[in-house]
Amino acid sequence: MSRITLDNLRHSYMPEPQADEDWALKRLNIEWDDGGAYALLGPSGCGKTTLLNIISGLLRPSEGRVLFEDTDVTDMPTGQRNIAQVFQFPVVYDTMSVRENLAFPLRNRGVGEDEIAARVREIAAMLDLDTMLDKRAAGLTADEKQKISLGRGLVRDDVNVIMFDEPLTVIDPHLKWQLRSKLKELHQRIRRTMIYVTHDQTEALTFADKVVVMHDGQVVQIGTPVELFERPQHTFVGHFIGSPGMNVLPCTLAGGRAVFANTPVAVQNLPDKVPAARRIEIGIRPEFVHFADEGIPARIVKVSDAGRYRVIEAESENTRIHMLLDEDKPIPAENIHLGFTPGQARLYADGWLMEEVNR
Amino acid sequence: MNDKTLNQKGWLFVLPVVVLVAFNAVIPLMTVVNYSVQETFGDNLFFFEGVKWFQEVLHSERFHAALLRQLTFTGIILLIEIPLGVIIALAMPRKGFWVSVCLVLMALPLLIPWNVVGAMWNIFALPDIGLLGKTLNSLGLDYNFTRQPFSAWATLIAMDVWHWTSLVVLLAYAGLSSIPDAYYQAAKIDGASNWAVFRYIQLPKMNRVLTIAILLRFMDSFNIYTEPFVLTGGGPGNATTLLSIDLVKVALGQFDLGPAAAMSLIYFLIILLLSWIFYTVMSPKEGS
Repeated sequence: MSRITLDNLRHSYMPEPQADEDWALKRLNIEWDDGGAYALLGPSGCGKTTLLNIISGLLRPSEGRVLFEDTDVTDMPTGQRNIAQVFQFPVVYDTMSVRENLAFPLRNRGVGEDEIAARVREIAAMLDLDTMLDKRAAGLTADEKQKISLGRGLVRDDVNVIMFDEPLTVIDPHLKWQLRSKLKELHQRIRRTMIYVTHDQTEALTFADKVVVMHDGQVVQIGTPVELFERPQHTFVGHFIGSPGMNVLPCTLAGGRAVFANTPVAVQNLPDKVPAARRIEIGIRPEFVHFADEGIPARIVKVSDAGRYRVIEAESENTRIHMLLDEDKPIPAENIHLGFTPGQARLYADGWLMEEVNR
Repeated sequence: MNDKTLNQKGWLFVLPVVVLVAFNAVIPLMTVVNYSVQETFGDNLFFFEGVKWFQEVLHSERFHAALLRQLTFTGIILLIEIPLGVIIALAMPRKGFWVSVCLVLMALPLLIPWNVVGAMWNIFALPDIGLLGKTLNSLGLDYNFTRQPFSAWATLIAMDVWHWTSLVVLLAYAGLSSIPDAYYQAAKIDGASNWAVFRYIQLPKMNRVLTIAILLRFMDSFNIYTEPFVLTGGGPGNATTLLSIDLVKVALGQFDLGPAAAMSLIYFLIILLLSWIFYTVMSPKEGS
């Protein structure tokens, strides 16, 4: 058990990286507290697996250090790092029984048979595997196999961190939810540091206390699920998290105001002076868009029913704006204007949230 | 709904294969069955003899000796080629430039016609002028495969190992390549030793291809004719007269069609039986 520090980490798969895009993982500093539940969230190819492999020691970072508590483990081989990992596709030892699978990491470390038996029993009970201990692992279902993978990490009581690399990819949809809540429950029970890599926002937001959102090899935001939703630091976060994602509207700053579609928009973080950024945008979540008597002129493109509410796709100035509308509220027939909930619209410069100014 | 659609025209589609199989397998086999129950004389005279030839072959010491030699030969080459093939496959590089070099080198012996293999080894092993034979003799070993049964056997086995181990290597290598990296990573995390990785990951994952390799090598080596025929011709004496060589002697040398046909059928049934046993024992079982 320990705190994990990623110190000035950078990685490139090229021998001599020059340009910014040569780096698969751009410079980052992260500190993960002991016992926390973290998620690494991002689309495919954003560098999250690279980061995971660096922590597990399968990959040596081009620059920077990895610390477990105060020990530099950057050059320590995987076997000595005391970590556990659950892979995307279940890894079980086919010829062994479930019991032997769970005992394997302990046997390899020369633990006594009595202790092995006790640990295996305890972990099997925790994972609901106790009824199938003597079955051959090869014949089990994908979710049972993933539990065995996890169990092989849990039997060792000295693991520093348990890592999950998109562990629900091959699990049937109706079991995904079950396994996810099992994981959450396990974390609350054993309080080991867990890092969960996924591209699925639901998995990340339900599992983790803190989510690290990655994009293009860069950490764009680290925060609680609520922070990611309410104050996205980058338009990517706003767009990636939420369903539908945050609306991003190109705007201009004129006369100390943000203007979109010739309409002034009240924003939370209007800067004192016009920034040098090339691209200025307003970010507003669909949850905070509503019909108004006056405001941004728009026309409705599409309405889709999502159960208790409808998702409305409107268009203004060639920009799509999504909004949510309760199912019992009417859609105005003509002369449509959109308004934003005060305090929820924010300005982004070149993608990044502009600093808030206290007024 | 439950009635199957009857469409007799469907048979027409199968016809070409039926004809092909009939001509290359069923008809020749049935001819052999026909011969095996008859006594043949000149002028195309045939007399029905029942199971006489089968009894004769099964009780013949000559057949027993040839069968024993055949089983010994196949046993030895399986014991050498399968482990050796697996070891070479494990030692081969997994990625990079050398993969293709190794694969081509491995494929070379498989591309050489069988009679050429026999001729090559015959010359290679000649005690007076062959590279192998002369080297061994100059090292002080008394080696002459045309006169000493042991030398003949050693040469025969060396030739087969040289010729066919590659097949096992290629199959085992294919099996190894199909193992996802995650397994090796998981093994590292679990602290598994190299032996444990082999025993619990590589070997189980190679199970299927190794079954095929063993079956192929068993059947091919049990049928082997060309190479030993060219190399030793079954000699010295009858020392390397394997089943197929003996069979050809009976059928074409002595022209005893009846006994030869009976022998072919028994030979065929032995291969079928042993293949089935191998397959049942080795094919992976699901569940516990």
